[in-house]
Amino acid sequence: MVQHTDIGSAQVASAMASDDAGHQQHPLKVYFIVWGWLFVLSFGSYMVDFFGLQSYLRWTLILIFMMLKASLIMAFFMHLKWERLALSYAVLLPPIAVLVFVAIMAYESDYTLFSRIEYFGAGQ
Amino acid sequence: MTETSPTGSPEPAARPTGWQGVTADWSSDQRTFKNVSWRKAMIWIFLLSDTFIFSIFLLSYMTVRSSTKVEWPNASEVFALHIGGQAFPLLLIAIMTFVLISSSGTMVMAVNYGYRKDRVKTGIFLLVTALLGAMFVGMQAFEWTKLIVDEGIRPWGNPLGAPQFGGIFFMITGFHGTHVSIGVIFLLITARKVFRGDYDTGKRGYFTSRKGQYESVEIMGLYWHFVDLVWVFIFAFFYLW
Repeated sequence: MVQHTDIGSAQVASAMASDDAGHQQHPLKVYFIVWGWLFVLSFGSYMVDFFGLQSYLRWTLILIFMMLKASLIMAFFMHLKWERLALSYAVLLPPIAVLVFVAIMAYESDYTLFSRIEYFGAGQ
Repeated sequence: MTETSPTGSPEPAARPTGWQGVTADWSSDQRTFKNVSWRKAMIWIFLLSDTFIFSIFLLSYMTVRSSTKVEWPNASEVFALHIGGQAFPLLLIAIMTFVLISSSGTMVMAVNYGYRKDRVKTGIFLLVTALLGAMFVGMQAFEWTKLIVDEGIRPWGNPLGAPQFGGIFFMITGFHGTHVSIGVIFLLITARKVFRGDYDTGKRGYFTSRKGQYESVEIMGLYWHFVDLVWVFIFAFFYLW
């Protein structure tokens, strides 16, 4: 869990009062493991392109590698794993609205494509 | 401007965790983000708003790409590097990705040594991070030059296929590159302050008049990791999809 930096007991009160509480200090080993995994995952997503995988296999792999990398960065490098849930949810939940927007625009662009083909002769 | 200090009695040592903790922290008349300083809360709010900006960029990219009947250029070929007459697909972008991830790693080291109050190591890791960031921007400049000069791609069209490709490419990578460049500038500023000992002596900042402290390094790090995070999504959706 969160290890506080070495502060004398006399300073604790003022440290709490100023912003020294909640320092994020963790064993270096954790960072090295995450760092290594980020390289492995990036290499994996590059291999997806290198081997020219196509269609659903390609998209699934890209998304898996992307989500894993994003989670590792946020959880460990940005310390969200060690923050209180009130903060984590405050930053992680609002982007769900974007996903709703994505659904709306996927539907909309489908309609645009349809009209381009049907009424503007883009099909030929 | 005075330092923020909670008035009244200090927080009780143990607060509820899990969902109970969420409701307890968010409910009525309290400081919501316990044990997080206002600066950290504010950088997170900023990053959230920035998330929306990049999300909307990627969303508009999805919209134009899926609504056009014209062939979308194959990123794998467009961004290939030719070495000794052989084409390596997407190699430049792969190198850029590795450089940015490396810089994230060195940033995390800087934050860690910052909290250990190791002035010299923190400064060195910040400088290395800035250097890697500058390398990234440099390679992006190379990439842009290649696309503009050799391929004739413009924001309003390109000879390879769908004209939207140009507009989306320059907007998204340009905005991200700007973030990286600003990050490099702030990394250098932070490194200078670290080396000068501002965070050890609590020297007050020029603009904010607030006492220097090593938490600034972590906040710098949050921004920098966010830039890396955005690249993860751009790499997946724009270059690989």
